[in-house]
Amino acid sequence: MFDISPAEWTAILLSLRVAVIATLVATPFGIALAWLLARRDFWGKSVLDALVHLPLVLPPVVTGYLLLLSFGRKGLIGSFLADHLGIVFAFRWTGAALACGVMAFPLLVRPMRLSIEAIDRRLEQAAETLGAAPWKVFFTVTLPLALPGVLAGMVLGFAKAIGEFGATITFVSNIPGETQTISSAIYSLIQTPDGDAAAGRLVIVSIVLAIGALIAAEWFAHRATQRLHGN
Amino acid sequence: MLRVDVEKQLGEFSLSASFSSEGRVIGLFGASGAGKSSLVNMIAGLLRPDRGTIAIDGEIVDDTAAGIHVPTYRRRIGYVFQDARLFPHLSVAQNLDYGRRMNGLAPDPAQHKRIIDLLDIGALRDRRPGKLSGGERQRVALGRALLSKPRLLLLDEPLGALDEGRKLEILPYLVRLRDEANVPMVYVSHDVAELRQLATQIVMLKQGRVTSFGGVKVLT
Repeated sequence: MFDISPAEWTAILLSLRVAVIATLVATPFGIALAWLLARRDFWGKSVLDALVHLPLVLPPVVTGYLLLLSFGRKGLIGSFLADHLGIVFAFRWTGAALACGVMAFPLLVRPMRLSIEAIDRRLEQAAETLGAAPWKVFFTVTLPLALPGVLAGMVLGFAKAIGEFGATITFVSNIPGETQTISSAIYSLIQTPDGDAAAGRLVIVSIVLAIGALIAAEWFAHRATQRLHGN
Repeated sequence: MLRVDVEKQLGEFSLSASFSSEGRVIGLFGASGAGKSSLVNMIAGLLRPDRGTIAIDGEIVDDTAAGIHVPTYRRRIGYVFQDARLFPHLSVAQNLDYGRRMNGLAPDPAQHKRIIDLLDIGALRDRRPGKLSGGERQRVALGRALLSKPRLLLLDEPLGALDEGRKLEILPYLVRLRDEANVPMVYVSHDVAELRQLATQIVMLKQGRVTSFGGVKVLT
């Protein structure tokens, strides 16, 4: 039962690569956006907030299709990136990472935003009176205090990214070795006669990864409280 | 040393204060709600006056007519808050070193040792702020502010959050600081006894106005 075949390993490793890249690329944007939403009031803030959460409520197939329209080879952004920077998303693993990153983004931003909102702003004032310019305050006080929330957001985003299915398969299809992640491999396997055992193994791998991520996120949240109390 | 002439509207409350002092410790006295904290926050640059000027050590840090507002982090002030505000994610030693690092100052072991001895905080170095008593926290906050080499030290009711016993524990340190640290201070308090011991000059505030100014004897 637990002999994971090379083809299954390929899907698992591809999923890990896609999810790691998606999480790492999304994180700086996530932090910036979380800070903006937690700290700034500006025109169109609620629109931006809604936009960030859109992938959470849209049917994934719609998000995938919109990605195909904009980042596909004929899409406005896709053709620009392909012509000028040589970056191609369509039917590549990079496209899977993009789809997973977009789908995971709302989950990634939320804990980051909450942890930034929880920081006592008087500590930032104290830092300023000690001679720290605003960007130094951010990197020496705000970000370290928000770090457990940032890590929790990354873990949740990663867990979402590794399981993403609808948007990925719509945008980059289901090509073994290139875009076939764990989820799309399971989907193919359960439509194949005799695929049940293999599908079962991948299902167990998915469950283990998901539970591990939840435990890690919980642990980071616990660390956050300790950190804010200076123990 | 310090010249203040400002006006500020805060909701229903209007603050209008003007004084100039060369004193070593300016005591800012008044009941709660008299505008003491707002005034100190304006000197620190955390609050912007609607109109007026503030000069520290001859340098104009606020002048609304000329559009000058030096941001807090460039004012080279020290600020000790009532609630200490130590950084919870840093050790005591890192808290103490914070101002020096942010201002890009070279390490000054002699000054470092002098202030740590003066405040008796050497034994706390490796602890986290969460593990300190209220009095210890306030002494570390004092050290942290002094080690950033400020040209003016602002203290906003630094004993306000402490019980009587703790107050008596910290007061001698403040007196030593006044006599040995050589940094002019603005000391905010509503406690006459505290100011009698510490201040060399008094600015008395009542409902946003300066009602008297002079030596400690104005505290009748």
